[in-house]
Amino acid sequence: MAKLHDTAVKQIEEIIARYIDEPTPLMLILSDIQKEYGYIPLEVQEIVSKKTGIPVAEIYGVVTFYSYFSLNPKGKYVIGCCLGTACYVKGAQQVIGKFEELLDVKPGCTTKDGLFTLDALRCIGACSLAPALKVNDKVYSNVKVDEVQKIIDEYKGAK
Amino acid sequence: MIQTEKELRTIIDERTATLNNKFANTKKRSILVCAGTGCLSNESQKILEELQKVIKDRKLDDKFEANIVGCFGFCSQGPFIKIYPDELVYKGVKVSDVEEIVDKTLAKGEIIDRLIYVDPVTKQKAYKLEEMSFYKKQVKVALHGVGVINPENVQEALGYGAFQGLLRALSMKPQEVVDEILKSGLRGRGGGGFPTGRKWQFALNQPAGTKYVVCNGDEGDPGAFMDSALLEGNPFAVIEGMMIAGYAIGAQNGYFYIRAEYPTAVRRIKNAIKQLKEIGLIGDHILGTDFSFDVHLRLGAGAFVCGEETALLNSIEGKRGMPRPRPPFPAVKGLWQHPSIINNVETLGTVPYVLREGADKFITMGTEKSKGTKVFALAGKVNNVGLVEVPMGITLRELVYDIGGGIANGKKFKAIQTGGPSGGCLTAADLDTPIDYDNLIAKGSMMGSGGAIVMDEDNCMVDVAKFYMDFICDESCGKCSPCRIGTKRMLEILTRITDGKGTLQDLADLEELADATKSNSICGLGQTAANPILSTMKQFRNEYVAHVVDKKCPAHICKNLMEYVIDKDKCIGCGMCARNCPVETIHKTDYVAPGHKLPSMFIDSSKCVKCGMCQSVCKFGAVSKN
Repeated sequence: MAKLHDTAVKQIEEIIARYIDEPTPLMLILSDIQKEYGYIPLEVQEIVSKKTGIPVAEIYGVVTFYSYFSLNPKGKYVIGCCLGTACYVKGAQQVIGKFEELLDVKPGCTTKDGLFTLDALRCIGACSLAPALKVNDKVYSNVKVDEVQKIIDEYKGAK
Repeated sequence: MIQTEKELRTIIDERTATLNNKFANTKKRSILVCAGTGCLSNESQKILEELQKVIKDRKLDDKFEANIVGCFGFCSQGPFIKIYPDELVYKGVKVSDVEEIVDKTLAKGEIIDRLIYVDPVTKQKAYKLEEMSFYKKQVKVALHGVGVINPENVQEALGYGAFQGLLRALSMKPQEVVDEILKSGLRGRGGGGFPTGRKWQFALNQPAGTKYVVCNGDEGDPGAFMDSALLEGNPFAVIEGMMIAGYAIGAQNGYFYIRAEYPTAVRRIKNAIKQLKEIGLIGDHILGTDFSFDVHLRLGAGAFVCGEETALLNSIEGKRGMPRPRPPFPAVKGLWQHPSIINNVETLGTVPYVLREGADKFITMGTEKSKGTKVFALAGKVNNVGLVEVPMGITLRELVYDIGGGIANGKKFKAIQTGGPSGGCLTAADLDTPIDYDNLIAKGSMMGSGGAIVMDEDNCMVDVAKFYMDFICDESCGKCSPCRIGTKRMLEILTRITDGKGTLQDLADLEELADATKSNSICGLGQTAANPILSTMKQFRNEYVAHVVDKKCPAHICKNLMEYVIDKDKCIGCGMCARNCPVETIHKTDYVAPGHKLPSMFIDSSKCVKCGMCQSVCKFGAVSKN
């Protein structure tokens, strides 16, 4: 098993310390780790287990239950295509299909160069902009299938 | 720190005067920029910053002040800005419009015509929100203050009715507060419609001790954004509702559970809690009474089932979000095994109104068994997409046509889906049904949390049913087998049907599976999982039959059941389609249409991947779906 860098361990311990006094702090800890570290591999779960006394099996169960938590690192740019109902009835499936085709990845997967992760999102609450998608925090609204290449190029260029 | 009720009343009077002055002031005029999720996604934060910068550059900062406000609701026309005291509203504002707005409208009072909303039906210009037909039938109860106050400023909230409900509650006995809610007939706005007062009564009846109020902000219904708008637009009202509930049942702590996909809502609730703690409205011995209350925040992590109240409790407790068997009910053994009530955001947002204005006023709105108002997220194929609050009892027709402005692009109305993955579809025959909990259930759908997705003739209802089943199958927590296996099998059958491989036996099997899943699942998610299938099979049986018998998708959505064809007489033979075809399956024919010089093209459907590229590039309308 790969050894974690000391700074990473320190960062994770800091996050745990933030919530250790809360009743049942596991979700709070995992949320922050996911946000700051990007993913929650087994090595990290072991540190959480050691500090909180919660068995790794239980932590693993929680990490794999929630779609927000990830066991693997995500790409530099996370493309989140909203597949909520409002977006779906306005053609979001075709949009994500185009991303799959052009990036050659399935939803939930990362491109080989580590640049893009393609995610299918549940409603992001931007139904008036349907179909909508997010690249990291930037929202694209009323996306059309033939705009997909342009969106990808925008980030490929910025590498 | 506000230490007594009298002090709070004085402050409320002062802040009300300040806020009224802000809106009426002609010397220092206020400009509000919508900062709801929809408008923020359209750069409204940048518009605000640019506005503040240009005002400063032009040395107009003693005359104008720009700030944020919660969602105006009319999201499809956003971003909006509203200029006081005339209440002039500009729609569809872009960052590049800001300089012109400052130089013309603010400096000279000139109106910029292109930013004025024009009603698509009457062609009349609307200079104020209330002049737009979108707003005419709306009433703000739960959304009180949303789109009026700055949601990041407790002082403005206090100037607009906040905490007057709590003040009244604190002057009553807990049982009297519960009685007031019972009298109001308020029912849970999260979907089920359980009477809120009865829920509170169960919790109050438990022996005094540790109790909790939990606010369910895990708005997972895809296509719904009522709760996010309320949390973002007036977080103070939801907290006040939670505190009134806490006082009524004898709880000391409240927990917000908000989905992680709503960063703006999370930030505003956090900020509101902090500000209320600073002025002593959250803490020990609030306003010098014996009532102490603390408010906490927990985030969801992307699991639809956590909207189910017992699964939500497990999630707060750091476990997998799986439902608990009932009994014991949460009112007896809830969060950390203590008596708890779980109320939806909109329910808690409505509570302050009931206390402030009185149950007697609340029951004047609505129908016999569904009192008050309901917030809907109107989306899909309507012209006016947005957040609307209407009295219960309004008809679907009023919602879709008067408020929603009818179907976009001149298409025909087909169905409105309410209740999300737990609900069903209502058709043109139901348009004159008054909306309330019981009517919608009688029609085979349900109120749900308020998602209302309009579909037109281009939507395939089998595909819609498959969409919801795919969602539920993915979100099923796996605890009980009827839901875990039933949804999977139903999804397989629906996939078969939309792939053109279905049989009539599949339809019978679907109905049987739907029934079994409905009656045997542990929680609401499984019990309602089959509703989208049952309702579309009932209302649109002919579409299912067309898929399995004729092998046709009437709406041309299901890829395996349609093909692209070129009208050989419309085609001029330019070859644009062939050059763009990703699989090079479009070829020349020998036929030259009369009046054209080049031979027409045709599509060899054996290799066609049905991407639709040919149709989108054809300038002559020669490509169509068959």
